[in-house]
Amino acid sequence: MTPKKGNARRIGIDDNVNTDYIISGRYKFQIEDHKELAKHIFEDVSPNFYGKVKSGDFLVAGENFGCGSSREQAPVALMSAGISAVVAKSFARIFYRNSFNIGLCLLECDTDGIKDGNRLEIDLKKGYIKNLSRGKTIPIRPMPAVMSKLLADGGVIKHFKKHKGFKIK
Amino acid sequence: MGKTIAEKILSNHAGRSLSAGDIAICKVDFCFSQDGTSGMVIDSFRGLGTKRIHKGIKFCMVIDHSSPSPNIGVSKIHKKMRGFAADANCQIFDIGCGVCHQIVPEAGFAMPGGLILGADSHTCTYGALNAFASGVGSTDVAITLTAGRNWFRVPETVKVIFKGRIPKGVFAKDIILALAGKVGANGCTYKAIEFTGPVIKRLSIDGRFTIANMAVEMGAKCGLMEFDAKTAAWFKRIGKRKVRGVSADKNAKYAKVIEFDVSKLSPKIAKPHTVDNVCDIGRVEGLKIDEAFLGTCTNGRLEDLAIAARILKGRHIARSVKFIVAPASKSIYLEASRKGIIRTFVEAGAVVVVPGCGPCVGTHNGVPANGEVVISTANRNFKGRMGNPDAFIYLGSPATVAASALKGKVADPRRYLR
Repeated sequence: MTPKKGNARRIGIDDNVNTDYIISGRYKFQIEDHKELAKHIFEDVSPNFYGKVKSGDFLVAGENFGCGSSREQAPVALMSAGISAVVAKSFARIFYRNSFNIGLCLLECDTDGIKDGNRLEIDLKKGYIKNLSRGKTIPIRPMPAVMSKLLADGGVIKHFKKHKGFKIK
Repeated sequence: MGKTIAEKILSNHAGRSLSAGDIAICKVDFCFSQDGTSGMVIDSFRGLGTKRIHKGIKFCMVIDHSSPSPNIGVSKIHKKMRGFAADANCQIFDIGCGVCHQIVPEAGFAMPGGLILGADSHTCTYGALNAFASGVGSTDVAITLTAGRNWFRVPETVKVIFKGRIPKGVFAKDIILALAGKVGANGCTYKAIEFTGPVIKRLSIDGRFTIANMAVEMGAKCGLMEFDAKTAAWFKRIGKRKVRGVSADKNAKYAKVIEFDVSKLSPKIAKPHTVDNVCDIGRVEGLKIDEAFLGTCTNGRLEDLAIAARILKGRHIARSVKFIVAPASKSIYLEASRKGIIRTFVEAGAVVVVPGCGPCVGTHNGVPANGEVVISTANRNFKGRMGNPDAFIYLGSPATVAASALKGKVADPRRYLR
């Protein structure tokens, strides 16, 4: 995997960002079009956030990102909005699994030094994030092998079809 | 080395001995999805090219989150679900049946020692019946329906021992809010919780559901309880006899043991906008409320409705308050009706709505106005949760909600329980 460059996007809330905040129940229950859902991400906590996101941006947050509801629409809407990876100190487990299932990359590291708009370079192979704006290198917590496999295959559905079942060992 | 309940259930379903940290493929007994998640289950199922649901697995869909449909978008999703149910020959619980987390146990799908995946985060509720039940996304349900199994990482377990005697006016909801306040929203991330101790033994199954339901609010993968005589009696009532549970070994290894004495607890309130923002009711008593809501998968069961009715009987709610009641299922609605509880609610000025999740998830049936304050028996108080990001949601027990509806302000239920 070649290193990816993009800008950091912060939503203004650091810890415990729940999936209701990512995409409100108002929308997830009635909109099935992923592009349409994407327009409403973080609407209740950071209005116009969608307008600020550019394709390839990295979403950056603190602890327990994605807690609460199991809605898969949350990672789907983020991915459809153009977010190429979410970088946080830690993730809630249902969101974590859902994201890799659809092929959205999640990375765990110390995010304190990353500010909104910072230019980042993510190198999964070497296991670090370079904050190009501040000249700092941040180590990424190693990704579990299962998750790397799902990600490499483009999500669990493609993985399952490719291997005609699970091939996680 | 001994095993926790989670390790035993997952071992039984993998066909080999597993310990915390292991990754294994396990047979899943039952799956379900609701109307907020079924649309994507159906899309993923078709995306996988699956022709029929794996014959080793039971599956149903429940229409509860927006029931009956409040708009065209939802109607389209409901129609899609009904069409899929007919095509795939699977059971669907349509509008009016109630909240999935009450229907699934009532229908006998949540068996002790069973392994369950539900496309709803509060699937952990069935841990009260000794089932390893975990919330997942829609794609994980679709995969499970295709393969009859899924992959699991065996979680470490946190053992919570509730000790002491439950004081008057304090209920299962107060106990679990107190715990959530203590350990925090990520205090048990990826862990299984075993809820044990004399307090759990003394609680009814309804009370145990309330506690297991909120395991996910601390980040847990499931919240398990031991199988006992009360569990057996509960299963007997739904026509299941000779049911056996799975117990933890005495020498099982726990990531952490939390001892929690409930003897001196006061009724608790979770303040906006996080579930772990918990305080004693005295800290917010007197705060004016605009809406009260009694219901949900946490607190819409018969015992919850009964305690609220006991407080409301012969009284009328404050004029300034909208009081909404949603029984958790049709059978609870009927039973509450037979016992005169529904009549008490209506005479007290409450509005009884269709069994379902609507108000809690903000789809319909009581969306608050800007600046309004709601007291609710739900499990989440996130900003915007009830459909308006400019409203303020406080969580409490059914007794607290009923007392507050009477007073028009957050009120201590101990003053109303004689």
